[in-house]
Amino acid sequence: MLILECPYCGVKAEETELSPGYEAHLKRFGPGSSPEEFEAYMFARKNPKGVHFERWRHAYGCGKWFLAARCTATLEVFGTYPAQSGEPPADLQAKIKAKRPNWEGYK
Amino acid sequence: MKRYSVFAIAKQAMNYHLGWEKAWASPAPKKEYDVVIVGAGGHGLATAYYLGKNHGIKNVAIIEKGWLGGGNTGRNTTIIRSNYLQDPSAAIYDKALQLYEGLSQDLNYNVMFSPRGLLMLAQTHHEVRGYLRTVHANMLQGVTTEYISPARVKELVPIINIDGPRYPVLGALYQPRGGTGRHDAVAWGYARACSAMGMDIIQQTEVTAVRQEGGVVKGVETTKGFIGCKKLGVVVAGHSGQLAEMAGFRLPIEAVALQALVSEPIKPCMDVVVMANTVHGYMSQSDKGEMVIGGGTDGFNNFTQRGSFHHVEETLRALIETFPMISRLKMLRQWGGIVDMTGDRSPILSKTPLGNCFFNCGWGTGGFKAIPGSGWAMAELMAKGEPGPLTEEFSMWRFKEGKFIDESVAAGVAH
Amino acid sequence: MSTRLQKGGRLIDRTRSASFTFNGKRLSGFAGDTLASSLLANDQMLVGRSFKYHRPRGIVASGAEEPNALVNMGEGGRFEPNQRVTTTELFDGLTATSQNHWPSLEFDVGVVNNYAARFLPAGFYYKTFMFPRFAWKHVFEPIVRQSAGLGKVPQGPEVDRYEYAYAFCDLFIVGGGIAGLQAALVAGQAGSRVILVEQTAHWGGRAPVDGDVIDGKPADQWVKDTVQALEKLPNVTLRLRTMASGVYDHGYVLADEKVADHTPGDGRPRHRLWRIRAGKIISAQGAIERPLSFAGNDIPGVMLASAVRDYVVNFAVSPGDRTVVVTNNDDAYRTAIALKEAGLEVPAIIDARTSLTGDLPAKAKAMGIRVEAGRAVVKVKGGKRVTGVSIGLQAGEGAVLEDIACDAVAMSGGWSPVVHLWSHCAGKLVWDEAQAHFRPDPKRPPTNQDGAAMVAIVGAANGNLSAAAALADVAAQLGGSAVTAVEVPEAAMLAVWIMPQGAGPALKMKMWLDYQNDVKVSDVQLAAREGYTSVEHTKRYTTLGMATDQGKLSNINGLAVLAGALNDQIPNVGTTTFRPPYTPVPFGALAGESRGEIFQPLRKSPMHGWHEAHNAYLEPVGLWRRAYCYPRAGENHEQAVNREILNARANVGMLDASTLGKIIVKGPDAGRFLDMLYTNVMSNLGIGKCRYGLMCNEQGFLSDDGVVIRLSEDSWLCHTTTGGADRIHGWMEDWLQCEWWDWKVYTANVTEEYAQIAVAGPNARKVLEKLGGMDVSKETLPFMTFADGTLGGLPVRVHRISFSGELSYEIATPASHGLALWEALIEAGQEFGVMPYGTEAMHIMRAEKGFIMIGDETDGTVIPQDLNLGWAISKKKADYLGKRGQERTHLASPDRWKLAGFETLTGGVIPDGSYIIADGHNANGQRNTQGRVTSTYYSPTLKKGIAMGLIKGGMDRLGDVVEFNTVAGSTVKAKVVDPVFYDKDGEKGNA
Repeated sequence: MLILECPYCGVKAEETELSPGYEAHLKRFGPGSSPEEFEAYMFARKNPKGVHFERWRHAYGCGKWFLAARCTATLEVFGTYPAQSGEPPADLQAKIKAKRPNWEGYK
Repeated sequence: MKRYSVFAIAKQAMNYHLGWEKAWASPAPKKEYDVVIVGAGGHGLATAYYLGKNHGIKNVAIIEKGWLGGGNTGRNTTIIRSNYLQDPSAAIYDKALQLYEGLSQDLNYNVMFSPRGLLMLAQTHHEVRGYLRTVHANMLQGVTTEYISPARVKELVPIINIDGPRYPVLGALYQPRGGTGRHDAVAWGYARACSAMGMDIIQQTEVTAVRQEGGVVKGVETTKGFIGCKKLGVVVAGHSGQLAEMAGFRLPIEAVALQALVSEPIKPCMDVVVMANTVHGYMSQSDKGEMVIGGGTDGFNNFTQRGSFHHVEETLRALIETFPMISRLKMLRQWGGIVDMTGDRSPILSKTPLGNCFFNCGWGTGGFKAIPGSGWAMAELMAKGEPGPLTEEFSMWRFKEGKFIDESVAAGVAH
Repeated sequence: MSTRLQKGGRLIDRTRSASFTFNGKRLSGFAGDTLASSLLANDQMLVGRSFKYHRPRGIVASGAEEPNALVNMGEGGRFEPNQRVTTTELFDGLTATSQNHWPSLEFDVGVVNNYAARFLPAGFYYKTFMFPRFAWKHVFEPIVRQSAGLGKVPQGPEVDRYEYAYAFCDLFIVGGGIAGLQAALVAGQAGSRVILVEQTAHWGGRAPVDGDVIDGKPADQWVKDTVQALEKLPNVTLRLRTMASGVYDHGYVLADEKVADHTPGDGRPRHRLWRIRAGKIISAQGAIERPLSFAGNDIPGVMLASAVRDYVVNFAVSPGDRTVVVTNNDDAYRTAIALKEAGLEVPAIIDARTSLTGDLPAKAKAMGIRVEAGRAVVKVKGGKRVTGVSIGLQAGEGAVLEDIACDAVAMSGGWSPVVHLWSHCAGKLVWDEAQAHFRPDPKRPPTNQDGAAMVAIVGAANGNLSAAAALADVAAQLGGSAVTAVEVPEAAMLAVWIMPQGAGPALKMKMWLDYQNDVKVSDVQLAAREGYTSVEHTKRYTTLGMATDQGKLSNINGLAVLAGALNDQIPNVGTTTFRPPYTPVPFGALAGESRGEIFQPLRKSPMHGWHEAHNAYLEPVGLWRRAYCYPRAGENHEQAVNREILNARANVGMLDASTLGKIIVKGPDAGRFLDMLYTNVMSNLGIGKCRYGLMCNEQGFLSDDGVVIRLSEDSWLCHTTTGGADRIHGWMEDWLQCEWWDWKVYTANVTEEYAQIAVAGPNARKVLEKLGGMDVSKETLPFMTFADGTLGGLPVRVHRISFSGELSYEIATPASHGLALWEALIEAGQEFGVMPYGTEAMHIMRAEKGFIMIGDETDGTVIPQDLNLGWAISKKKADYLGKRGQERTHLASPDRWKLAGFETLTGGVIPDGSYIIADGHNANGQRNTQGRVTSTYYSPTLKKGIAMGLIKGGMDRLGDVVEFNTVAGSTVKAKVVDPVFYDKDGEKGNA
């Protein structure tokens, strides 16, 4: 029963208020992309046992999509940030690195 | 291997059962094997068993991180059925069902396969049409199913309420050959048979790297050292992504938690497996008398073997609507398993970009029922090096082509 | 015999008696009794039969750990199997019956299993019952099933109700013993929001029973004072009869409050399920005493020493007249002393330790009790009740030195902390060698969302077994003013896992570990011998710890025996996983209020009541219920549907279309956005115009369809399917927020803001004109346009769109006017023959017209091109969602099955779900197919069967005759035809 803080409305949202959206920071490949690029975009998912970046929507709250950095092995949440982010904020990455020294980093 | 029988038990009873031999050996790993299977769950053990039995390949090691059968094989709701919609699924699941029907005798280990029949309730008109489609498809696939009336449902399952205020039962898809088995026994029976063929089951040993040369697998690094092999089969369900990464590629797999629970035991009251997909719940009664109940999956990647509780509440609400008499039964134990979900919710049994390395994964919520068929098909794939009829549609490259085997069109939820 | 003592009993009220029945026998007890204490007071030690061997079972414990004493309780809609008598409060009128026997508790035929026990060791069923093949299901399994199971099957539905409660707190403290009370007081006084729960009906736990002295006061007084102090704190919530069942991730806790179990039928909810988010959870659940493994330790009358003490002190019940105490520690001497003080006989204390140095043994000896050091119970004598014990050397092999007559045995093998809540979210344990138990490892706690410790554990649950140590632990972890208890020095206990230690196989076959599931020392050793050496294997092979107590009594003893068999250390063997709930919770409590009509939320259109009042047959569509048809007297559904269709085709019909999704898309980039969302172009749609559009997912598969209208320069309204409204709105937001976040677009799901009514049929225009208020003529409002205005004085937007193929108006009005508009239209339509029609008539009419239906023609694997909808796919656009997916080889293949119409050669109806067979079989022996039916109906309009389906070759196959399979095994021949069966030129819709 996760709690994730919505970075928009500041509510510490209970899992039942949220809709999950799986892996974050996917780059969309549309017409003109190679079969490999398109397959990777659609299917090749990171499935780490550890630090993971994912999408959530505060569906039964403010309605906003946001992103979360979470550990899939302990369910620790390192932070949440707006969906309009090309990559995880630097301070969040630093925080994760401090907590998980063996983390290979984003990408 | 000494055979099990009622006579063997009687003989042992005279000596306080002190004379039973080990069901399987626990040897130290050899330097090299013809085949190494990673993962001693049901699928991995069955793969090894049929490699030996069908293809004469017995120089095999099965490496297990924890204890054999300790993953999803030992934490599912034991449902066995083959009433799938799509041809490739029906083929492999029905192969599994056929093997289950004779598995106790084949393994000389009672896996308690109980063909008590399985019902999938139709509770919307849309679902009625979906199951009618499945019945027609199954007929052509050689899978015997029938669509039955609410009255017949009530006859088969007296404790059901077919006149619920929200989702009255409109009919059901019935597979009389479906049923349940004893999950642990399936793993133990295969393990015993593999060990008897001289295969090495190596527990408490974790694979840490995959060694390759010139694009061909050479063996695996483990916590007990390097183990060489000519062919590698990876059958590790939720951890397939990690192993694929070691082998140098990525798989379309995500690991999520699936939950289940049992009630306290009561006297027999339900001799059929019932699945209610509209309201999301399924239930059967074990031989011990517990009501065995399956819940939903979480929508996020998770390796904890714990799920979120609201799924359990939703499942129980649905089942109390379907079986009002269970309201005063009590939840005895709940647990979660980590299931490996692919892009189309169907498994992958496939060659990989790495030579002589094969993966069997992605069974999602439906793995237990497939174990014998999966092992049979995987053994054939590994022995021949090329897919056979049972596996050719389950390649890991189908996603690129868009050639899905999409079962969700027939049944919204799990297995 | 067991009986009620003349005086004493700190929890009972002798002035209030309660009568109850057990197996039909009328018995009585007192208010404050548990069912267990009142049964014992009536000399009812035998209360059930075990699971496997049907051996006689008596009460062994006094709390939640009780494995034996489970009964059927109540009647009718309040019947409940497997009620634990030790945690059931007695009330007047209680009825209980014993379980798992036939024909009676005293004489159970199933006990033949006991005589055959030698042939039924752990896992025997894996080794036999295999021949002949069918025999398992048809012969052996039914016998096993009938013999297994415990309680009877509840009949009728539930009569009580349940409710949820929600709470938030800083500290959620579990356990109302002295450690929990003190922790709550310290935290409460410091200002924390505290919830303290206790599973029984009483505060104080074991300390008052043990006669502890705290802060210079008797424990009872200290507990009373502390509870009073807590009650004064507004930030502290106290709850009795509330069992914390599980700790879940991120500080989520479930607790089951038994509100009215002891007052059934008083109108209150039976249970209240607390769903709590806690900053931190403090477990102060105490410890559970372990049995000792000696032969015959399962015979009724053998009880935990602490339980014997509880019955004497709390309930003034003596389990036996002559009680032998057998122990490996000092604490059990308290039981001997309590028995003696109550005037009962204690023939001997059998202590496995050779040297006894503690104060308690000294006190017992001083009271004249015979104490035997270095001794063991070799075996217990008796059948349905203890008659005596044989004693010998603990260090020996079982040679009997002496027989002692007794009618009860109080045993203590030491104490195990209750670590369940600590362990539910993966808190780890350490082995405490001195006290021979697992306790929480403070270095490896379960962690919360911040990675911080989520559970703390204090008192006996943390291995601090004495009152003094428990309170010191609270002070160390939570601070607060020092509260001290008088320390009674205890000598070290001795780990004893088998008694006597050299017992041979014959004795080990009689040493029970799991009383309910009949798992003995010999079974665990057998599992080890056969290689089931992982603790999980042993558990599953023997069923150790899988009974309704989930191993509360048996687990530690079992894994110690396993470690012994493996010549390994106990901590290396480890424990099985602790899973919620701590004690079983009724399904009803977990489901809460959601039952019957409201088991899921119910969505209603503004006209829902009208449909119900007009005998509509409602079908569930998502959370909505829609009218399927409106049967008249004497009509079945099929007849009603046909009538509705014919009437709409001949006169005029009305459909409640309010459930269709309505999403406003607005902003400078709205047109650009819709061009990405739909396969066709929406940006060039004229204001006031309507256009049918298709949406695909990124895979390219068709996901929804509907009519889009352009409201103004920068705003559109998109109609979706009923099921698609929320999904499509979420989909739009996903792309706008996560991919094209710089596009200036707003969306609003206004589905429930508007009622929508389709008026369809040749007379449709006349009905609207009769209501009046706006021009709905063909010239002013041609097909595929809309206009805002009023009808009959109500504000409306009228769309000229048609899903039926008839002249049709879809009229939207604010939801609050929906019913008024519907009724006005019905009334105005009377003279034109108006009738409402339902969803099935809608389905058939659209099929007659050859319109596809999402969910019928599509199933998540179908692309628009398959449905001959290429005209709705823009060739000009560089991109739209799904375009790249549709370019993949399998989706672009010419071999795909495509849409066509079908007519049987006889005029009959093709069966729903049927496949079109092809020649031959595939490599797996499955019959080849070349297509399937997607919509198939009897058309009342055309008076014959019509169908749509997908077939390899699609419309190129026109005129071919193909065969559909049937469940009877025959086939139905049908001709491939144009899927538009009705009004091919569209004259009616355009009229």
